[in-house]
Amino acid sequence: MQNITDNIHDWLYATFNPTIAMLIEFAIIGALAIGLFAMLGLVLIYMERKVSAVMQLRLGPNRVGPKGIFQTTADTLKLIVKEGMTPNGVDKLLFNLAPFIVMIVAMVVLAPLMFAKGFQIWDINIGVFFITAVSSLSVIGILMAGWASNNKYSLLGAMRSGAQIVSYELSAGLSILAVIVLTGSLKLSEIITSQENGWWIFKGHLPVWIAFIIFIIAVTAETNRAPFDLAEAESELTAGFHTEYSGMKFALFFLAEYVNIFVVCALGATLFLGGWMPLHFGTGTKFNEVMDYIPSSVWFFGKTFFLIFVIMWFRWTFPRLRIDQLLNLEWKYLLPISMINLLLATFIAIMKWHF
Amino acid sequence: MYRETSIVNESTPTPFSGNGESDMIINVGPQHPSTHGVLHLIITLNGETVKKVEPHLGYIHRSIEKMCESLTYRQFIYVTSRMDYLSAHINNHGCALCVEKGMQLEVPPRAQVIRVLMDELTRLASHQLWWGALAMDVGALTPFFLAFREREMINDIMEETCGTRLTMNYMVPGGVMSDIHPDFQKKVHAFIDHFKKKIHEYDELITDNIIFQNRTKGVGYISKEDAISYGMSGPSARGSGVQCDIRKLYPYEVYDKLQFDEIIEAGGDSFSRYMVRIKEMKQSMSVIEQLIDNIPEGDFQAKTKAVLKLPKGEFYSRVETARGELGVYLISEGGTTPYRIKFRSPGYCNLSALDHMARGQKIGDLVAIMGTLDLVIPDIDR
Amino acid sequence: MTREELKIKITDLLPSATFEEGGEWLNVQIDPASWLPFAEQLKKSPDLLFDYLFCVTCIDWKTHLTMVYHLSSTTFRHTIVVKAKLDRNTPEIETVAHLWRTAEFNEREAYEMFGVNFLHHPDLRLLILPEGWEGKNPMRKDFEDPVNMIKL
Repeated sequence: MQNITDNIHDWLYATFNPTIAMLIEFAIIGALAIGLFAMLGLVLIYMERKVSAVMQLRLGPNRVGPKGIFQTTADTLKLIVKEGMTPNGVDKLLFNLAPFIVMIVAMVVLAPLMFAKGFQIWDINIGVFFITAVSSLSVIGILMAGWASNNKYSLLGAMRSGAQIVSYELSAGLSILAVIVLTGSLKLSEIITSQENGWWIFKGHLPVWIAFIIFIIAVTAETNRAPFDLAEAESELTAGFHTEYSGMKFALFFLAEYVNIFVVCALGATLFLGGWMPLHFGTGTKFNEVMDYIPSSVWFFGKTFFLIFVIMWFRWTFPRLRIDQLLNLEWKYLLPISMINLLLATFIAIMKWHF
Repeated sequence: MYRETSIVNESTPTPFSGNGESDMIINVGPQHPSTHGVLHLIITLNGETVKKVEPHLGYIHRSIEKMCESLTYRQFIYVTSRMDYLSAHINNHGCALCVEKGMQLEVPPRAQVIRVLMDELTRLASHQLWWGALAMDVGALTPFFLAFREREMINDIMEETCGTRLTMNYMVPGGVMSDIHPDFQKKVHAFIDHFKKKIHEYDELITDNIIFQNRTKGVGYISKEDAISYGMSGPSARGSGVQCDIRKLYPYEVYDKLQFDEIIEAGGDSFSRYMVRIKEMKQSMSVIEQLIDNIPEGDFQAKTKAVLKLPKGEFYSRVETARGELGVYLISEGGTTPYRIKFRSPGYCNLSALDHMARGQKIGDLVAIMGTLDLVIPDIDR
Repeated sequence: MTREELKIKITDLLPSATFEEGGEWLNVQIDPASWLPFAEQLKKSPDLLFDYLFCVTCIDWKTHLTMVYHLSSTTFRHTIVVKAKLDRNTPEIETVAHLWRTAEFNEREAYEMFGVNFLHHPDLRLLILPEGWEGKNPMRKDFEDPVNMIKL
């Protein structure tokens, strides 16, 4: 992967003058990001359907294509050709802008992720910070959608979502910091390199395990997934903030939700499970060599999809929390625990007790 | 029909404005995922907190009572399957009992046992559906499918014997419509064996779930006195410690010869109502097990005339449906049709207590309370 | 309490009450004007304690209306039926919604279906019928609706 990207980069800069080469790179990356966005949406929705079907003793989609793999494509096509309706009485500008904000945020967050060895859009030195900062912008889109819909269900859903995302951002951030403290870098490539001799989940002791659990809980809440799907809360608020949306505008929310899941799971895989790093035990063993033969992208996507599966597993098992319980869980339990956990991680990092 | 003007009267402020307080009025229903039908609730909110719940009914009112006035004593029973469609057998049973009371008709022992078996199977099916729907109300989507796995078996048994899966119309004055299917006993045994193996999943998935317990414990409290005053009955009232099982208090058919417990939980909250139903499923299974191998031989129907006539007078029969006490109050003028018939439906009274229970709770709780009340809208509207 | 004991007790409470023979339970005929004090005594009298009002309905006898209250006691498990004859043109009776909360809904149903006016009812509005049906009373025997009614 490293070679391919480097070769393309070198060839472009050798052939064209730097400005044009850069623009062409932008175009390629843009196309790739949009393609990835669309592909992720399709794959994850199909995966969700199949996972839920298995859990619910059903078959899931099985008519369109072999095992129904084109079902989501067909659904997307249907949503694209559907009329983009704007109901009367809505704030037209905000109503139409909201799904794009949510989608753009979801796409921008893809930038610093390292999909494979040397395959990264932008190796920014504050990568983790960038992700946490930008991903919290999606709450603006949700609030916008809820407010602009001029629907009380939407408003309630958006307000719930606002309270929820802002709260859970804290413990998500603090649990990420535990790893940052051990690594000493915000750069995603450096975080991955630091896990060469073992993933943080293995060599980080107690603080990383706690941080990992809190991280999974917090990102489930941040992406508005069950059991924290209060913003949508189907049985309470019909569909929450996207009650009034239909057609492609609805689909953008839907896709953005899945891309957000991917992003947070990819981040989790990078921070705790070593990103594209293969599973290694000790040094120089036969086992490690076998593991090295598996391409780095497979490692990355395998770990990410495992985490996504865990989050889907939550969704199809647990009942939903109530709004006050949700906030209690964050402010009374997760936040203090993750603060103490951060101190613990710092202590371990100072004492160099990690492997 | 659009009824906005009647909803917002002088006493209730209009949305986002009005009395200067931060009240918000939301119409829940008639098309809403958690009302399980066309129930319309007007809830007054202060933020997330419910201040008032005002039910508006009638979206599925078919005036069954009025319809029955022009149907004969054989015909009117079929209409009643459409009231509480999840306890169709038990509704029919109540009506058949009322007509039999009027005619002083003796039901053959075989028919009595078949009736009780069908009632308990119906109760199981109804409680299974309720369990799935409640889980859906509190946000867990998977249990619904697990509940339907079992319910499907009951529906198949019903289909074989009665011909239909939901509105069975199997009970007739004097007994049951036809004899049981030859496979009936075998299939019921298979179902009981299957359900006994699977019922622990119900507890593992929902009952023991900490989130579910937090969502239901201490929520939607109603005291014993209030439950009686609101005329609540069935599992919803037994969750408040009211002893109100008609099968025990005023036994009909063979219930007085059976060994089963009346489940009473004193908590009065949503979780108690939940536990009553879960335990009742086990009691229903025990009733079925006691009877299934002991169906006496004989007629399945008493000999009756083609046209039934009731003597002048008033007759009242009570049965325990899956939702509570169904009363059939029949006034006869001596003809072939009832002069007036009143169905005392359990859901109507249980719904009237919703406002009392939901005040001061959150929106999510309102949904959970509705779920544990086990409302079936056609039963409320009739 | 047995039927006879109930009869004696109720005669003590309300000498004007008459009893109907037949029926599963004791049938008490009362004057609508005496209903509210009588109801209070039924609920609160320590050896009656009729706390469970399980059926409230109205019957249209073409010449008059009859309000029927089925009362039961969860302590003593005795049951009576109280009937009050109402004038068909101006049916009026005191509400008992404050004694038995279930009466609130059931009386609203009787109000819209039979046009019985419950005095001092906390919230006497249409519950089941849509607006515009005030005063039409579809459950009365002489109700005619040329559009929607299907004669069986």
